[in-house]
This record gives sequence, structure tokens and C-alpha cells, in this order.
Amino acid sequence: MALLEIRNLSVDFATASGAFRAVDGADVAVDASDVLAIVGESGSGKSVSMLALMGLLPWTATVTADRMMFDGQDLRAISPRQRRRIVGKDMAMIFQEPMSSLNPCFTVGFQIKEILRIHLGLNRHDRHARAIELFEMVGIPAPEQRLGAFPHQMSGGMCQRVMIAMAISCAPKLLIADEPTTALDVTIQAQILDLLTELQKDTGMALILITHDMGVVAETAERVSVHYAGQKVEEQGVLDLFKAPHHPYTAALLAALPERATARRLPTIPGVVPGQFDRPDGCLFSPRCAFADDLCRAVPPGQAPATLGLALCHYPLGALA
Amino acid sequence: MTGPGPMPVRAQEPELGPESGPELGKKPGPVLVARALSRHYDVRSGLFGAPKVVRALSDASFTLDAGKTLAVVGESGCGKSTLARLITMIEPPTSGSFAIGGIEATPATLRTLRTSVQIVFQDPYGSLNPRQRVGAMLEEPLKINRPALDAAARTARARDMLRLVGLREEHFERYAHMFSGGQRQRIAVARALMLEPKVLVLDEPVSALDLSIQSQILNLLVDLQERLGLAYLFISHDLSVVRHMADDVVVMYLGRPVEIGPRDAVFAAPRHPYTKALLSATPVADPTAAKTRIKLEGELPSPLSIPPGCPFAPRCWKAQARCREARPELEGDTHRAACFFPEG
Amino acid sequence: MTAAAQDIRPGRLAEFWHYFSENRGAVFGMWVFAVFVAVAILADLIAPYDPTAQFRDHLLQPPFWQAGGSFAFPLGTDAVGRDMLSRLLHGARYSFYVGIVVVAVAATGGIVIGLLAGFAPRWVDTIIMRVMDIILAFPSLLLALVLVAILGPSLTNAMIAIAIVLQPHYVRLTRASVLAERSKDYVIAAKVIGAGLPRLMFITVLPNCLSPIIVQGALSFSTAILDAAALGFLGMGAQPPTPEWGTMLAESREFILRAWWVVTLPGLAILMTVLAINLMGDGLRDALDPKLKRS
Repeated sequence: MALLEIRNLSVDFATASGAFRAVDGADVAVDASDVLAIVGESGSGKSVSMLALMGLLPWTATVTADRMMFDGQDLRAISPRQRRRIVGKDMAMIFQEPMSSLNPCFTVGFQIKEILRIHLGLNRHDRHARAIELFEMVGIPAPEQRLGAFPHQMSGGMCQRVMIAMAISCAPKLLIADEPTTALDVTIQAQILDLLTELQKDTGMALILITHDMGVVAETAERVSVHYAGQKVEEQGVLDLFKAPHHPYTAALLAALPERATARRLPTIPGVVPGQFDRPDGCLFSPRCAFADDLCRAVPPGQAPATLGLALCHYPLGALA
Repeated sequence: MTGPGPMPVRAQEPELGPESGPELGKKPGPVLVARALSRHYDVRSGLFGAPKVVRALSDASFTLDAGKTLAVVGESGCGKSTLARLITMIEPPTSGSFAIGGIEATPATLRTLRTSVQIVFQDPYGSLNPRQRVGAMLEEPLKINRPALDAAARTARARDMLRLVGLREEHFERYAHMFSGGQRQRIAVARALMLEPKVLVLDEPVSALDLSIQSQILNLLVDLQERLGLAYLFISHDLSVVRHMADDVVVMYLGRPVEIGPRDAVFAAPRHPYTKALLSATPVADPTAAKTRIKLEGELPSPLSIPPGCPFAPRCWKAQARCREARPELEGDTHRAACFFPEG
Repeated sequence: MTAAAQDIRPGRLAEFWHYFSENRGAVFGMWVFAVFVAVAILADLIAPYDPTAQFRDHLLQPPFWQAGGSFAFPLGTDAVGRDMLSRLLHGARYSFYVGIVVVAVAATGGIVIGLLAGFAPRWVDTIIMRVMDIILAFPSLLLALVLVAILGPSLTNAMIAIAIVLQPHYVRLTRASVLAERSKDYVIAAKVIGAGLPRLMFITVLPNCLSPIIVQGALSFSTAILDAAALGFLGMGAQPPTPEWGTMLAESREFILRAWWVVTLPGLAILMTVLAINLMGDGLRDALDPKLKRS
């Protein structure tokens, strides 16, 4: 049984200019010990879908799904109180801006012990011991002293380690990392990613890594799910994705990487991601696709079979005939 | 584009086009020369503490030719943004000097040189005035610096520039918030080019953009460089973009250049250990590539208390006693590194 | 496939109206304020009588729904026989006049000083803000009283006094906005293309600081009306026979029990106008605050 199963998730926001569909029928499926990367650019809805899963969206958002099961529990049907027992404990999340993800008024020790008190009900002595243990696990030097530090006294990399410590404190079954290293320097990024993969291997938890950086995907992920304009357009194993992408968007994205450039001018994807007011009738990628024809522009595509990467395309690449 | 000298009053501006290509602008000698640029800040530590010095930039020297790109690479705190601010004359250097097009940058020549160097910022959402229409934004540099131009000529040049960066006629009357990130960067580039600068400082111009938009903007920059003979000072932390765009690279660490040389040499055979660590830390978009990561211990020291000797010594795996006592200077001919025990 | 299809976002006015209209109180306040403005402009045409005309046969006549009242004087008359309705309608004109002039003077002065403080070197900024702190430390009405006592009691002097007292609020708001905007990239970009200080202050930065000032302007309008009424009540503002609402209250203190309408009606007029403006001001603040924006 899959640990996490989301089918046909849609999120609509009520805005000043009407309803905006941020996530449009996306699927996510993760087994225990999986490492899934969700890749997409801005407007792809990758963060919004995970926030919807955690129940962290504002009241202006309407979340609908055919199926939203975590560890056998239907997340659509549970009460907010039951949800609070799962979120933060069995299902944890770390965010993009480590410096602003921590409460600036309290020490990091207080914040991590708060979790231990509420979710695990440990007494004071055990909380202190466990907090030090967690700080050591994430590689924070001199953990005893660091417990009394405030977030603004720590660097970005350190804050992100604290966030990771807080996320794994209750031994979650699933950890969602939303662009955890985008705001960090390259050398720190490498350290944090190594830490995440090590923890994932040691504890056997599932890891969903949301990113827009294909390099990070290549080095960390086992499976990759590509999102565009709120839809999932492809899902494959990482080696297959980089070798033979099936959706034209994935292919174009890989071709646009500066490291794959063969000439002074890079191949580009013309146009922009459809926003609220210019969503095409057919395939959402058709205005920018090099292979689009009238069918693509008129009829929304269905999902190709798993051999063709579940590509949301009328003419997936690599298909015979 | 004519050479340096007092600002000529041009009544009939030549159209920007293939005719005004690099042939007109090329002069012998580099267009930007920097000598030991430094910028220090005094910081008060508490009411009674002695003021401490933040050495944001120290001893940066380099040259840049017309039509070439010099990339400045480094992580946070390395001084690349400070360098951008010095070259764009937003702040004066504490010591050292630089010259653009042969003219030394001093308080006296500030106004003249303003038109020779312009900047494009990182954040496309903060660098455009939300209350100004695009047309007004583009005409403003001309209004301030070329008072002899009449309104019709100004508008004509602004519209030409808009087309040059790939935007359309109807965008002239719009406000900035109606554009996407990539389009805003195009507007920012257009505004920077209105004064026909010799040097364009690009402070992480594509870092805030999506990958698919990034390549559009990079192509635009390459096109403009070829047509107009611009010299780029390209600041970035993204090594794959740098590898694609740069002719020369300078790697900075804690305010000092630690390696400088031609792009191919620096990427293929880095001499400074920090450059090597940086290259190995950059993720490669190829799952089959071997991951030989050099793990750097610890974190960047605070710029308030830089250790004596080589600034990289606390984190360097090759550091020896000599490295902690004396600071190495840049050594070599075309490919220089500041290290006592360089690689290779 | 060039098509750079942009988001045709709704214009700023449409977006503003969307947020503003969600607040029912604010919309109600806006309509009441609109009525107030219309009355102030059209008072000459609507009022049945001249506000200073005295009808000696109809002293202290009650409003039409009470015994002894008539439709000739729908809201009754005061102690010297002047029609209450006409006086109230003309009073709107004076209150509106007070509000507009005070806000215009306070805002203009406050914005200029605030801009100077925001752009000036540290020591100039410190001096300006300490002076503003001193002004703010005085109870506003007391300060206005002192100024009017020096200049002499009249509506114009009352307006000057209130404008001076309200200015520090604008200075603070402008300075705070200027300090926040100064470090942004577009201001640095303007400096790099050679913008001088006046252009930076008035053309680059000022238009971006206007939202909080607009809100403060709306709220100061009501403060100005209240303060003018208070000064009028104390005899230091508009002088009789000017039909200013506060002055009308002062004249009728002794009739609270005998003829309630002479006291209550001007008081109600002040209450409703000030309430409407405050509701509208709250709605403006919510609609203009970028942090509360949702799209």
C-alpha cells in the first residue's frame, strides 16, 4: 500500500480577479523510503499541492481531490484536531527561507522542545536530551550551546539544519522539503542535500523534494514528477527522465540548461507560463510547444501509459508511430 | 558610439542597429581597468565598543575589454555585490581606483562617467518603479542626461530600445506590475542601455528567473553584446550560467579575489582549492555523472573577524601552518590563484 | 509561437474597489460621506431659509413630529428663531471646508517635511523628528487652544492651529515610507541613471508612499471636523452667528432639557459625519495595505 496517494488534486484560489486554478488534477504517489522530486517552474503549483496536503493553505483556497490518503487515513475526511496530530509528527515539511521559517522571538531550543512536548509528550529532562541528540544528528556543532541561540544569530545553513532537526524530531514517515536549498550558498546547499539523503537512508522515511533545479534532481532523486501550470505532465525514474524525456516540456527544459548548451545561443522555450487569464483550451503547453498541432490546441490531452512516462501529451516523445 | 570626452550634444542621434556595431566602439586597450579596489565599512559594536571594520572588498584588480564578459563568482559575503556598487559608482571605494574608457573615476568625473556604466539588478520585481509607465521609465535617463533631445526624439529612441529587447509596441504605456519576471528584466536591460554605456554590470540578472525564461534573457544579452560591443561584468553564483556566458572568470572569497583567469582554464583546471570545492559542490544535471564531492568543513567566518593568513585556511583540506600565518597573493600569468599550494 | 501572452490583470482601481467593497461598513460610510459632500456643495439650493434669518414669532419651535411643530420648520428653530434645518445644512459646508483645508495644509507640509527628513543626513533627520515629537507630546486640543488664543478666535485661525497639530502624523508616515523605499532597487537604479535629489524625492519615491498618506488623510478629515467643533464649542473657533456645528452646540448648552433638538441635532450631525469618515478610512486602509492583498 502506498504511503501517500493523491489523485486528481485541484486547488482553486478566490482572487480579486476571479477564481484561479493553481493546481489542476495533479497526482502524487509515494511509497515508504521513496525519494520523489517534484520539478516545476513558477506557476506549476508544486508548492501549493504540498501545502494543500498539509492543510496549510489560506481560507481563500478550495481543495478538491478524488483521493488523498496518507498511511491509510483519508485526509479529506478527518477533523482539524486529528489532522494536527498527523501534521508535524508523521508528515513533516521544511521550507525555502530558513531564516524566516523560525520564530524570531524564541530560541531554537525552545522551538524544537515545543514539538517534543506537544507531539511526544516527553518530560523536561528527556526533551533536553532528545533535542541535543537531534542537533547532533543534523550536524550542528556544539549543540548544547546552540540550544540557547536565537534564529537571527545563526547563519542560513544552520537555520536550515535546525528546521530539519525539528522536522525529523518525531520520526516522520514522510518529509516534504520545499526548495530547501534555494536560498543557500552552493557549498552549504551540498551539505544540506547530503544531510537529507543520509537521514532518508538511515531512517527509511519517504522524501518529497520540491525544486526547480535540475542539477539537484539529478543528484538526489530516484523518481521525478514534472509539473507545468498546475498539472503533472510527466513522471519517470530519474535516469530515464534525463536520458529520454517523453513530454515536450521536459525535453525543452533539459535542452534549455546552460550546461547542455552547444552554441553561444541557448535553445529557448518561447512564451510564458499561462496565468489566470490566458489558459488555452487544449493542452496548457500548446502555445509554447514546438510540436503542437490543432488537436493539441483544441483538446486537453490524456495521460500516456507508464512506459511513456505518464506524459500528459497527445504525441509523447519516443512513442512509436 | 563615439569615444570618451566631454558629453557631445547630439541633435541627430544615429539609430541603434547593425551599423553601429562593435567596429565603431572598439578602441585599443581595455574598457574597464580596476586597481586594488577596496571597500571597508566601520561598524559600531555597542555603545562603548571600539568600532570594528567590515572588509567587504579588498584588493580587487582586473581588466575588461569591450565585447567581453568577466564573470564574478562567489558565495554570500564574497564582496561581489560590493564590487558592483563600486563600479556603478553607487558608493566610492575606500582605496584603490578604476577607470572606464580611459577616464579615471573620481568625484569630479562622476557625472560624465554615469553614462558609461549602467547596472541590471537581480530582483526584477523590485528594480522597476511600480508607479511609472514603461515608456516614462525608458525616457527618464534621456531626460536627465540628454537635455538637448526633444520629446519626440526621446520617445522614438525609447520605442526603438523596447523593440531591441524583444518587447512590443503596446507595452510602452503599461505599468511594471503587468509584466512577468522575464519581461521585467528585459525592461531593466532596455533602461540600462538607453544611455549607450560601455560597461554593463549585471548583478545576478537571471537568478530570480525560471529556467525557460533564463535562456531567453541570456540569449538577449549575448545578442546585445555582439551588436553593441558591450562589456559585461557578470555577477553570479550559478556556475553553469557562468560557464556559458563568461570569457574570463574571477572567483571571490570573503572579499578577496582568490582566482582569476580565462573561463576554460578556470573550469577545466582550477588552481585554488576553493574554486575546486565550488565546482564540485555545484549539482550537475546528469544522474549518471560520478559524484565526487569535496566536503567543506564548517561555515563562512563572519566578515567582522576574518582570521589572519589565508581567509580560506580554516576550511581548506590542504591548509598548513604557513597558510595560517601569511596571506598569499595572486600569482601566475594569465591564470592566477592566491594560494601557497595551488592545485595542478 | 511568439505570443507573449500577458496577464491582463485588472487595473489598480478595479482591484482597489474589489477589496474596498468587501467591507460593508466602508461602503456605507462612503455613501454617507458622498451625501455630506453633496449637501455641503448644494446647501444654498437645498436649504429652505437663510441660516442667519431670525423668525421672532417662532422661537424654540420643536421639530415637526412633536406637538407644536410644523412643516414650515421641519427640524424646529433655535433660541433666536433660526431654522435648524437650514443651519445644519450650511454647517455641513463649514465642516467640509474645515476638513479639506486642514487636510490639504497638514498633508502638504507634512509630506514635504517627511521627505526632507527621510532623505536628509542623520542629524537633520534627528532634529526634525524631535521637533515633531515635541508637537505630538502636547494634547492636540490644548495646543490648538493656545495657538488660537495667540492668533485670535476665528474659524481660519482654528484651521491653522489644527493643521499644525496634525502635521507630525504625516511627517512620520511619509518618513517611514521614504526610509523603506529608499533602499529598494528601483531607487538605486534611478540614482545610477543620474537622478538628482529633487527628482528622487518627488518623482521616484513620493508616488510610492501615498497609500498610508491617503488613509491618514481620510482619518484626519474626521479629526479636523471634531477638533473644529470642539474649538467652536469652547468659543475659540467659528464665532456666532456662523452656523458651524460646534458653535451651534455652544450656543445651546442651556437648552439641553428645555429644547433637546437645539443641542442634539448638531451633535448627531457631527457624530454621523465623523463615523462615516472613520468607517470609510478603515476600509481604505484595508484595501490599500499591500500586506493584506490576496492576489
